[in-house]
Amino acid sequence: MIAYQLSIFAEDKPGRLAKVTGILKKGKINLRAITISTSDTFGVINVLVDDPEGARSILEEAGLTVSMKEVIAVVIEDRPGGLDRLVQLLLENGINVGNAYGFVLESRKKAVFVVDVGDQLEKTQRVLKEASLETLDAKALSAIEPFHYMNY
Amino acid sequence: MYWEKDIETIPREKLEALQLARLKESVAKASSSVFYGDLFRKIGLDPNDITTLEDVRKIPFTTKDDLRDHWPYGFLAVPKDDLVRMHSSSGTTGRATVIFHTLNDINEWTNIVARSMYMTGMRRSDVFQNIMTYGLFTGGLGFHYGAEKVGALIIPAGSGNSKRQIQLMQDFGTTAIHIIPSYALHLSSVFEEMGVDPKSDTQLAIAFLGAEPHSEKTREKIEQFYGLKAYNSYGLSEMDGPGVAFECPYQNGMHVWEDNFILEVVDPDTLEPVADGDGGELVMTTLLREGMPILRYRTKDLTRIIPGPCECGRTHRRIERIKGRTDDMLILKGVNIFPIQIEKKLMDIPGVGTNFLIVLEREGFNDLMIVKVEVQKEFFSGDLKQLEGLRRRIVEDLKSDILITPKVELVEPGTLPKSEGKAVRVIDNREE
Ligand SMILES: [Zn+2]
Repeated sequence: MIAYQLSIFAEDKPGRLAKVTGILKKGKINLRAITISTSDTFGVINVLVDDPEGARSILEEAGLTVSMKEVIAVVIEDRPGGLDRLVQLLLENGINVGNAYGFVLESRKKAVFVVDVGDQLEKTQRVLKEASLETLDAKALSAIEPFHYMNY
Repeated sequence: MYWEKDIETIPREKLEALQLARLKESVAKASSSVFYGDLFRKIGLDPNDITTLEDVRKIPFTTKDDLRDHWPYGFLAVPKDDLVRMHSSSGTTGRATVIFHTLNDINEWTNIVARSMYMTGMRRSDVFQNIMTYGLFTGGLGFHYGAEKVGALIIPAGSGNSKRQIQLMQDFGTTAIHIIPSYALHLSSVFEEMGVDPKSDTQLAIAFLGAEPHSEKTREKIEQFYGLKAYNSYGLSEMDGPGVAFECPYQNGMHVWEDNFILEVVDPDTLEPVADGDGGELVMTTLLREGMPILRYRTKDLTRIIPGPCECGRTHRRIERIKGRTDDMLILKGVNIFPIQIEKKLMDIPGVGTNFLIVLEREGFNDLMIVKVEVQKEFFSGDLKQLEGLRRRIVEDLKSDILITPKVELVEPGTLPKSEGKAVRVIDNREE
């Protein structure tokens, strides 16, 4: 399954991140994960949200430059070696990971690792399926919340 | 194809004879103004001393400072009651200059604008949307009256309000527009946002680009995106405004209407005339102006005369696309740089957006050039490496042209400043 990540072009100046989170809050968009990469005077904010299309349109309305990208959100076990299994698998199959980040789903049980594999999307999906690794799409990502709360 | 065939294709000798006759009159008229009256007395020039066209060089140059120093009425050659309109240039530095017109002045100006528009193919059947500021600025009203004289239907849209501009084009079948080039590029992103394709969803066929020097590449971009022919134009309020020089359908230089103006190109340092075809500062003299004749005005615009006749049959000489302004020139580490050079390079690089800004800073004893470049929306894929690659390419390309390594910063589309719709190109923070 495919998930969608939004990338926002951001100059490296105060308030850019706050602007993005402010817009998402106003639009009642839930953030699953956020990463920021910067280079000198500009950077890219990557967000994984429960409603990618909706988030994209309100961010663009606010004048931001947004790009939507297909990524794979892999469910891995939240224990030592959980991530290693996935990474080794990708390596064995010659899949290059451009950008990656993770977040915990259920502490000590499940985590999600998001990988951007560029044009190797189909191949990655096949490899993961063969290894019986679960992937989440946008809908599944938006349904995470209740489980999350139940753990508390 | 000609608005006034006789005058547009007049043989050179006849044109020069006409110019001489009109120059004599213009000098005589000018001598009744305070400024030229005093000047001629001081240097002992009698209007009757003008017996050949070359004698124009006996008259000293007039500069913007002269206009400022004799503000507002020192150049008037008629009683104030004969005036019907004033225009003013946007004074970015110091006091704005004011130009006054009699009714005849307005009519002559309107005629050359109509002549220019007709030359590009605009007719009474056209719908002309004037996307320019109306008011003191000559661009709005100048084109408005010209288009009215041609007989086109005018939509006096004024500047700004991008979505409404596009709506007007669609609702009323606009075929011709008058637009600032940087705004035309900006508007293209609004077209995309609205999901409107100017090529299939509008009837646009002609664009008059003006009020801002721009590169050939910018013209191409505009022509391709809108699916039309874009014509460069030149004008300045001291010489009426738009319509002073205009491109014909061959789009190879702008014909200066020499029945209305004397054109000279001089070396900006020595002020001596340059050889035919060489670059220099454009100097112009009004030949028909009654209210406020201006002789040998230093325009500060840099160009050259394109030698030889034009295929269109018009005998009025052509000037090349304005290369820059003498006061636009940046001197950085002893190197002369014009913003238009930077634009030319940038527009060749895929991924570069519609606007850029040059900021000059002093770091210790060193001058630093920072070029802020808007990224094209479509180019952004979320990949930082791709942006970094674009930044490096810009640095390399600029360095190869201007021999200075600029600091390049990529900025978000639509965030760089504009004034009166025109792009702000340079901010110099080096002054103490
Ligand atoms: Zn021509």
